Amino acid sequence: MKHKLSLMERFAAVPHAVWTVLFIVGPLLFVAYFAFTDTKGAFSLSNIELLSSYSHIFFLSICFSLVATAFCLLIGYPLAFVMSRCKPSTQKLLMVLLMLPTWISLLIRTYSLMTLLDNGGLVNSLLAKLGLSPLTMVGTGGAVILGMVYDFLPYMVLPIYTSMSKLDNRYLEAAADLGCNGLQTMFRVILPLTLPGVISGITMVFVPSISTFYISQKLGGGNFDLIGDTIERQFKYPSTYHVGAAISLVMMILILISTAVMNRFSDSDGKEMVV
Amino acid sequence: MKLLSRSYMWIVFALLYAPILVLVIFSFNDGGSLSSFTGISFRWYVELFHDSVALQSLKNSLFLALSSSAIATVIATFAALGLDRMRNRYVKGTIMGATNIPMMNPDIVTGVSMMLLFVALGGILGLSDLLGRWTMLIAHVTFTLPYVLLSVLPRFQQFDSTLREAAMDLGCTPTASFFKVELPAIIPGIVSGFVMGFTLSLDDFVISHFVSSPDFQTLPLYIYNQTAHNVKYSMYALCALIIVTILVLLLAVNFAGSIGRGKRRREVTK
Amino acid sequence: MKNNHSEAKSRTLIELRSISKSFDGEQILCNIDLDIHDKEFVTLLGPSGCGKTTTLRIIGGFETPDEGDVFFDGARINDVPPYRRALNTVFQKYALFPHLNVYDNVAFGLRVQKVKEDEIRERVREMLEMTGLRGFENRKSATLSGGQQQRVAIARALINKPRVLLLDEPLGALDLKLRKDMQNELKRIQSATGITFIYVTHDQEEALSMSDTVVVMADGKIQQIGTPTDIYNEPVNAFVADFIGESNILDGSMLADCKARFAGHTFDCVDGGFAKNEPVDIVIRPEDVDVVSVEKGMLAGTVSGVTFKGDYYEIIVDVGGFKWMIETSDFVAPDAKIGLYIEPDAIHVMKKSEYSGKFGDYSTFSDEMDYLSDPDAEVEEE
Repeated sequence: MKHKLSLMERFAAVPHAVWTVLFIVGPLLFVAYFAFTDTKGAFSLSNIELLSSYSHIFFLSICFSLVATAFCLLIGYPLAFVMSRCKPSTQKLLMVLLMLPTWISLLIRTYSLMTLLDNGGLVNSLLAKLGLSPLTMVGTGGAVILGMVYDFLPYMVLPIYTSMSKLDNRYLEAAADLGCNGLQTMFRVILPLTLPGVISGITMVFVPSISTFYISQKLGGGNFDLIGDTIERQFKYPSTYHVGAAISLVMMILILISTAVMNRFSDSDGKEMVV
Repeated sequence: MKLLSRSYMWIVFALLYAPILVLVIFSFNDGGSLSSFTGISFRWYVELFHDSVALQSLKNSLFLALSSSAIATVIATFAALGLDRMRNRYVKGTIMGATNIPMMNPDIVTGVSMMLLFVALGGILGLSDLLGRWTMLIAHVTFTLPYVLLSVLPRFQQFDSTLREAAMDLGCTPTASFFKVELPAIIPGIVSGFVMGFTLSLDDFVISHFVSSPDFQTLPLYIYNQTAHNVKYSMYALCALIIVTILVLLLAVNFAGSIGRGKRRREVTK
Repeated sequence: MKNNHSEAKSRTLIELRSISKSFDGEQILCNIDLDIHDKEFVTLLGPSGCGKTTTLRIIGGFETPDEGDVFFDGARINDVPPYRRALNTVFQKYALFPHLNVYDNVAFGLRVQKVKEDEIRERVREMLEMTGLRGFENRKSATLSGGQQQRVAIARALINKPRVLLLDEPLGALDLKLRKDMQNELKRIQSATGITFIYVTHDQEEALSMSDTVVVMADGKIQQIGTPTDIYNEPVNAFVADFIGESNILDGSMLADCKARFAGHTFDCVDGGFAKNEPVDIVIRPEDVDVVSVEKGMLAGTVSGVTFKGDYYEIIVDVGGFKWMIETSDFVAPDAKIGLYIEPDAIHVMKKSEYSGKFGDYSTFSDEMDYLSDPDAEVEEE
């Protein structure tokens, strides 16, 4: 029934709308404003022009994030598949186990990984005990990527697992009935049906990877400047706010475009999962 | 094949937990070394509890998480009511789209954008530094808002409107039927929204990093500052404590949840 | 029964006057006039989308008519909200409150009226007794079976002692056997309480067996109002004839009073008052046709199908291309040539209407009507 709305029902969303405009839309406008002005407040394209000198940072960040996302997918997809084939009661436990680390601060997880990999860390002392020469891990690109994979793997597994568990077992039986072997079933039936989960998993790993700065600071040992680090550094001193705003704006637009493209690949299904 | 896949799964899980476990274990290490365990000691914990800055950060974190999630819950609950009743699809879509921006955007952009707003506002108001407790509160309300809304709004949308009619049929005015019938159906969404907002706020580092000032530190900011340059062993103790607290909380929530569900199942089969 | 009914007719409780209603530009109700009498069991009967539920909701106060007036006990109640109307509703899918147990669901209305808890306890107990729900007090509604939920919904409505009870397809979700039992149960409750029942259904059998008065609706209009017997025996048009029971509907014309011509033959009948040679629709019920030998028959045809129905056979007879449906207790072999005999009072003559020619021949079964009568396809009406 379309009942008559009370005054309260009619205006209940107003505080939220006002808040959204003031503190979500407003700040983004300020990012754009800062990106297109100089320190004196005059319109200027110099910040945007300056971005070309950061192109290697963008390139490096994108490479690192892509590699980390690929590893997450390679590790996460089989994991999600194995999880979804377990007993329902086990699945519940596994879900809790998977998501539990994400409840622990990213700082703590990254920090603990660093202590493990550090030159004087447990891994190296174990290597020494085995008579192997110590490895320098912290400070290498590999460590940064490992950090990203370690921190964001659950976000890849979660949506893939969700679409796997929705997968009706009868599809697999039908595929087998129609003559697919295990591998064929995987590529012809399971993969297409879980693609929306894969897409949102990729988004959920790629976005935090490309914007991180703590991981590269800790595990990169300051040897790698990623977009996140660069932005973070610009906001330490007011004189570089404008350049920082420009970099943020470009990154935001890049991410929005790539998410939009990714969502194109999946159906409307993917959207709800990104959320 | 099954054995292989199972062992794969458990190896991934083991790797996922190994660093955390090592951290917890070495927080009890007497020697203060990361490579060899020399003996059990609580000295890092004792040191932590004598660290007034850490305790103040904890207080700040709790204050912030409680107040921001409470404010976000109130705003989001009303917003969900309004959005559910809203008939103009475009206005509704615009509001929802704008609300979801902080969820789509990387945290660093949200943090930076809020910082710029406060900086510009400070400039306009002639105040040199606006950043601190209140900007933190605003920022935390802002980024928890969409999550709370997302947990409350579906409850309104799934609510069977014939129940509202049934209540009116039995003599309730529209207001009374809201409180007697609709609200009880919404409350679980409000509670879980509040809890989610609370944990998100407690956990946030990136956004806080940009909108805070040194005189208002939260626990994640404190950890960040402490771990910025050299290793501090009391941080192991702090992290271990946080991990254990989260573990206990999660287990409690899960346990309570499964009891409730078990009971319901029994009733159905009766 | 007939006596009771006319007695009850003395007092009009609810009047609908020229009610029209449309949703999003689509006309749902068109100029409805209806009187509902005190203590009467009235059924609004029709296929989905005919406007019966909307009519009920207008009486309940959940919709306001675009045009026309609703009177309750002589007072205009168009703008009276549902919570101030002296009637209660049993909703289509019961609409029991999921957060309350059976007791609290039933007590809901009394609590809203701020009745004392002692009295509530007593009245709920009585009500649960009457509906056979004793011992279910502490069960949550989701744990009850369909039939039990149905009883709770009835108890929850009746405890408020309404003048009128509105029931919106209350048995739709139940299986056949339970539906029959609940029909008797509802009839018993209605006569025990003396409350006026307004009942919405698309099931003609349910309507005929329970009601004092049946209101047949189609396309937002009332087609016929009458007792079940009237509706069955004297349908006013092809729609009613087809919707209520099985019927053979033929094109015909009235040669004179009591002389009808159809199927290439002139029959004696009992109807009159038509213009000379006026085209009419002729309705003949399948059970009213007698199977005789070809020589004795008024019409002759070939049996094209025989279906055993338990206590009778349903046979389809092709008479000059028109397929008749006939119910007979004697077996007839397929492809046999038989004669048909029809008594004059078995021939019902109806004026032509917009529904003429849409029904009647059993060579084609109407898929569309089957779809419309499907309770699962109810969505459009809301």
